[in-house]
Amino acid sequence: MSMSESTAARRPGQLFRNLNAKIASIPMILTALVIFVGGTLWTVLYSFTNSKLLPRLNFVGLDQYERLWSAPRWLTSIENLITYGVLSLIFSLTIGFLLAALLDQKIRFENAFRTIFLYPFALSFIVTGLVWQWILNPDFGVQHIVRSLGWESFVFNPLYDQDIVIYGILIAGLWQGTGLVMCLMLAGLRGIDEDIWKAARVDGIPMWKTYLFIVIPMMRPVFITTLVIIASGIVRLYDLVVAQTSGGPGHASEVPAKYVYDYMFAAQNLGQGFAASTMMLVTVGIIIVPWAYLEFGRRR
Amino acid sequence: MSNPATLAATVVGADAVAGSLSGPHGPRPRVTFSRRNIIIYGTLTVVALYYLLPLYVMVVTSLKGMPEIRVGNVFAPPLEITFEPWVKAWATACTGLNCDGLSRGFWNSVRITVPSVILSIAIASVNGYALANWRFKGADIFFTILIVGAFIPYQVMIYPIVIVLREIGLYGSLGGLVIVHSIFGMPILTLLFRNYFASLPEELFKAARVDGAGFWGIYFRIMMPMSLPIFVVAMILQVTGIWNDFLFGVVYTKPDTYPMTVQLNNIVNSVQGVKEYNVNMAATLITGLVPLVVYFVSGKLFVRGIAAGAVKG
Repeated sequence: MSMSESTAARRPGQLFRNLNAKIASIPMILTALVIFVGGTLWTVLYSFTNSKLLPRLNFVGLDQYERLWSAPRWLTSIENLITYGVLSLIFSLTIGFLLAALLDQKIRFENAFRTIFLYPFALSFIVTGLVWQWILNPDFGVQHIVRSLGWESFVFNPLYDQDIVIYGILIAGLWQGTGLVMCLMLAGLRGIDEDIWKAARVDGIPMWKTYLFIVIPMMRPVFITTLVIIASGIVRLYDLVVAQTSGGPGHASEVPAKYVYDYMFAAQNLGQGFAASTMMLVTVGIIIVPWAYLEFGRRR
Repeated sequence: MSNPATLAATVVGADAVAGSLSGPHGPRPRVTFSRRNIIIYGTLTVVALYYLLPLYVMVVTSLKGMPEIRVGNVFAPPLEITFEPWVKAWATACTGLNCDGLSRGFWNSVRITVPSVILSIAIASVNGYALANWRFKGADIFFTILIVGAFIPYQVMIYPIVIVLREIGLYGSLGGLVIVHSIFGMPILTLLFRNYFASLPEELFKAARVDGAGFWGIYFRIMMPMSLPIFVVAMILQVTGIWNDFLFGVVYTKPDTYPMTVQLNNIVNSVQGVKEYNVNMAATLITGLVPLVVYFVSGKLFVRGIAAGAVKG
């Protein structure tokens, strides 16, 4: 492949060489340059302006960022994102791995179990949020059932309690997304050489130790990929919150993506929206850059 | 991975076991009810029930009448099955001024999903083909930007796209949304197709070149017919992804053209009127039905699609 590239470079009139491929790539080139690069730069640039209803190049320095970081609603959003993010990472990796390890025991009905664990992933966050809104409904759902079983003072009302509402969303998020983690982990486990297991068994190493000290370290690439996928999903968390709580009660379950949307399209304060979305970009950068460095920097 | 094959084998194996219980023949039977097996199957069954619970709740609630819901709980099976909530959710539930139910959103979603899937796959497969077989100088730079761009939060790019769509007169129309879906489907699909085309034997491509086939000739006569599985995987990925989208729908369409997810959210979370939980759950279930059917029908291909989607980067 590199050969054809170098011959193409040496010949004159190379703009017209391979013309069809270039024409076919126009959508990709436009998307990459106009939307991904252009759009991102545009948003970052306008985050330094005081645009309200319409974008205007009226620079106000870091004003939008100062306002952003002193807005209680934004701080709640960030706090929620961190709580949700950390817990969701821990739980989905742990549960996903455990389920994958159980499914990897050469069991029967593996197909059926896997189908069941993965089906929520096919559903949208809107559907997920609405179902769990209903299950967690205090008057008819879990709380009501436990109370009717005789435990009258039982309280489990996450969606109407400011302090724990984010955990209510976490329950729904985990239900939807753990199946994917399980699938990735299962693929990782299947990639482990059978001989490793045999060798560990011959040496008399207990199973949990084999997993913890041999298999998991060997699955490092799978874990990292999964981590990046979950993490970039977490930053985008939006639909689930909209469906399940609409950000309430009060602003207790707000997340950054919702802050951006509300300021851009409802509050008509574009500058704030741009500043907030730029902060989201920075967050993703913090996650992605070290990973890309580890993944691709080391190889060369 | 070898799992699909072994999966089929395990299911067949289950039947074989039932047969071997009738008498002591064949190899020495393994102890099935060991403590280890009870723990494994017990845990898996409990977790599976937990995962199935919301689906069960949706079905059960959607088949009850409101009086029954008020006295019972979400898990109670319906005493009297009624399909009225389904009819109401589909045909008469209100969002704002429109009272023609979810059917409007459903047809909008169909009109969004079908062209989006076709357009995005057409663009991405040709892109992937150009990247795999007809590399030109600089192609990899654009491809890298595309892949890195897949990680940029959508919120960063939605407003610039609003401006672009407004400029070309497509803001608020279904056509605009189709373009948006094609743009954001491009990174992962291009990667998918590029990797697949690159894995095909190069001799085929070279032989076609020698025979005088050009860029499009090779694409339509050789690459496309040889790559049907990957087209199906891409289709599954796109149908579920686009059907389930909410953010782009709410940003780039108007109430008349809202996709199903947006309309569903508006029906259920509307603050006016009495909450009709059975209608809400019927509506939720109807919205989830399309991706669920795709999921259960496609089975292994769905897993392959998300595994392909997962290895981006």
